[in-house]
Amino acid sequence: MAAGLTLATGSPARSSIFNPETFMLDNGMQVVVIPNHRAPVVAHWVWYRVGTADSPLGKSGLPHFLEHLMFKATDKIPQGEFSKIIARNGGNDNAVTSYDFTAYYQMIARDRLELVMGMEADRMVNLHLTDEAVLPERDVVIEERRSRVDNEPSALLGEQLNVSQYLHHPYRLPVIGWMHEMESYTREDAVNFYKTWYAPNNAILVVAGDITADELRPLAERTYGQIPARDVPARVRVTEPPQRAERRIEMRDARVRQPSFVRSYLAPSYDQEDQKTAYALEVLSELFGGGGTSRLYRSVVVDQALASGIAAYYRGSSLDDTTFRIYASPRPNVSLDDIEKAINEQIATLLADGVTEDELARVKKRMLADAVYARDSLSGAARAFGAALTTGQTVDDVEAWPDRISAVSIEDINNAAKLVFDIRRSVTAKLLPEETEPTG
Amino acid sequence: MREHAPTRFSWISAWGACALTIATAVSGIQTANAANVEEVVSPGGIHAYLVNEPSIPFLSMAFQFSGGSSGDPDGKEGLSYMASGLIDEGSGPYDSQAFRAELEDNAIQLSFDADRDSFSGSLKTLTENRDHAFELLRLAITEPRFDEEPVERIRQQIISDLTRRESDPEYLGARRWFDIAFAGHPYSKPTRGTIETIKAIGKDDLRELVRTRLARNNLTIGVAGDITADELGPALDEVFGSLPADAADVDLPKTTPQGDGETVVIDLDIPQSVVIFGHGGIARNDPDYYAAYVANYILGGGGFSSWLTEEVREKRGLAYSVYSYLYDTDLSPMWMGGVATRNDQVMESIRIIKEQVARMADGNVDEKNLDDARTYLTGSFPLRLTSNDQIARMLVGMQIYDLGVDYLDRRNGYIEAVTLNDVRRAAKRLFNEDMLVTIVGSPSGDGDGTVPRLEGIDAPSSGPHEDNIGD
Repeated sequence: MAAGLTLATGSPARSSIFNPETFMLDNGMQVVVIPNHRAPVVAHWVWYRVGTADSPLGKSGLPHFLEHLMFKATDKIPQGEFSKIIARNGGNDNAVTSYDFTAYYQMIARDRLELVMGMEADRMVNLHLTDEAVLPERDVVIEERRSRVDNEPSALLGEQLNVSQYLHHPYRLPVIGWMHEMESYTREDAVNFYKTWYAPNNAILVVAGDITADELRPLAERTYGQIPARDVPARVRVTEPPQRAERRIEMRDARVRQPSFVRSYLAPSYDQEDQKTAYALEVLSELFGGGGTSRLYRSVVVDQALASGIAAYYRGSSLDDTTFRIYASPRPNVSLDDIEKAINEQIATLLADGVTEDELARVKKRMLADAVYARDSLSGAARAFGAALTTGQTVDDVEAWPDRISAVSIEDINNAAKLVFDIRRSVTAKLLPEETEPTG
Repeated sequence: MREHAPTRFSWISAWGACALTIATAVSGIQTANAANVEEVVSPGGIHAYLVNEPSIPFLSMAFQFSGGSSGDPDGKEGLSYMASGLIDEGSGPYDSQAFRAELEDNAIQLSFDADRDSFSGSLKTLTENRDHAFELLRLAITEPRFDEEPVERIRQQIISDLTRRESDPEYLGARRWFDIAFAGHPYSKPTRGTIETIKAIGKDDLRELVRTRLARNNLTIGVAGDITADELGPALDEVFGSLPADAADVDLPKTTPQGDGETVVIDLDIPQSVVIFGHGGIARNDPDYYAAYVANYILGGGGFSSWLTEEVREKRGLAYSVYSYLYDTDLSPMWMGGVATRNDQVMESIRIIKEQVARMADGNVDEKNLDDARTYLTGSFPLRLTSNDQIARMLVGMQIYDLGVDYLDRRNGYIEAVTLNDVRRAAKRLFNEDMLVTIVGSPSGDGDGTVPRLEGIDAPSSGPHEDNIGD
């Protein structure tokens, strides 16, 4: 049961690749089918429009805790049996939590699909939690936090970076939760959250694999379709106030042997009126820091030999404002200040001179070609649709991805770069060993 | 062997039936149709396994040269690994940036890796760029340039990575485990080298490795995707035909892991200790392999269903993850596992793990455990073969272990044929609670004495990180 601290959404792909079919159940549950008949296997995903950013006050990470508890008993399935039944049927199952969604999935032979749909529908409404089930699982998620965060200085820095970037918005919370708040989780907290958010009209079913919409519809109606819709509250998200001053953090930890650098800028997500900017930023991140011939890699790693690695990341599938980030690790004996200076120079050059026709054409060609590979993975397709639909995008948006990428112009990228590379909306984070000469 | 009723799941409109009846109603899972594997022999005599799958216009190729980091020269440990990072950094007419641009602009994915026993690679390309992709692969393995800039860049990347790993508990635990288990044997060599040995590697070493290790007689190839046997045959000659016929012999002795019963602590100030445990295993070609595979699945290989998960995680909430796996290598089969838990719970967790290992070794496995394992292992097998990448890798493994071109059709039969007596016999052979245990962290409180520590152990600076290898 993995906390999806960062969910790789892969490349959404063109309609001629996935050919999704969609329909709606009477109770308001949206269904997306992505036929792929290579093997008699399906990936079955249920996505809830609720995630870490919807944690109750003082209970950060509760959505992830509930994700774990969904594998406990219902009235029909004894505790510990859910995954065992899937396994006995030759399937694999797990779940993932992120800021804007919680998702449950099984990979299984297609003739077992209705079994897992029945089980997933059952636990949507019939979860039965006791202290005997809840309290040991609280210890498990606390150990999970130790593994993923407390044992990893770079993960601890990531938490500090998020609270620095978001002063107010709940994207400041760790997906897994703050330790002291995790220790306070009760059975009642979990039950209240479950009863508030888990309903068919707040869920999306995505099935990829050896099935069609016509075949799936009756199964969906017999399982999820039997569950009445319920009132689900609106997702009330506070708005992050304008950032007016650049922020800098520096963390020192005795375990750090190799320093690292992160620059993070607030950036619009796909779910904005002006979606154009998000697509431009996606192309920009690829062109600027997306591979061994990107501008940053060529300049900072190859030509100047300052960093051993560098990359830029932008994740547009986010319900509220997201970030555009640059990560770098210095070569031995190179200071983070020198790395930062080199990155700033590349940003300044980009802002002054813009991108070229040639590099834009090359990066577009590569991104569109990569989309073909996305069809090879059942789960990748399911993830692309689930992540999009829980963050305000539509099936058509996912379908139009190649067209939108193709339409990005030099002017779009240059405008997006001017918008995002504003040092007043940035956080610069440095991870350093405990004993080292101070950096400026 | 138990008869499996050919019950197709018939519970479709009966949601509400007791879940416990489900498990017994569906024990006869139909195996999904296995992919059609062809053996292709090129005009020049190069063999490959192929699964032709034209539905998506691309292919995945996996290939492997036997002989890996265990054969790296003394003082040049990490040579194979460093070569794997450099072989796609400039070849023939292309310098590093030009070669990377050829790959990236054409969406060709090419990567190389090295482990103890092999030097391996993978290629993924759209059909429309196939010829160019094959040409770039040919250049990479036959005309790598090892220009100064990429050599120094990759050297610094490896050194940065090794430096970072000096405080990585998983890495430290695995390195120490292999240092003790294979003291004096090439398997104790760190796959990624050490900072000192990486600094000592020169261009001539890299050229020598490519010249002597990449040959046709130690090469295994698997291909899945949009290419026919008739198209693949000549392509194999174009890509691999100019390699030397024979690789230089590297004669390394077989061995078995040492250190059974030892527990060693590497002190590191972290809130959660990381534990690596293991001992000798059962080889892939051993008649008891499938029985041992089933036994390990029940003990620690079955995710949420295993005894270790049940006892350590589900009942007591001691850990997020606890697991074990069979790890076969050319020179020493192994069984290994791991757990990570709060420092004051480490010794209790290890005690519980040992109890479960002893329970399995003592033959306390029952018919239901076996049934559940069989239905999972047979039913889930097709799930592992849903992408071209997965299939290509599987095709390489089938040839390495000499499993035959029809293995995918026969594999579930081997699992079905495992009896309770087989599992008990294999478990008794395989499992021993006197395993070698390495702990990285600040463990406390074993209840009946001090936690043993080796004198003067510093964190080793480098070494391989073990990956799970399935069947």
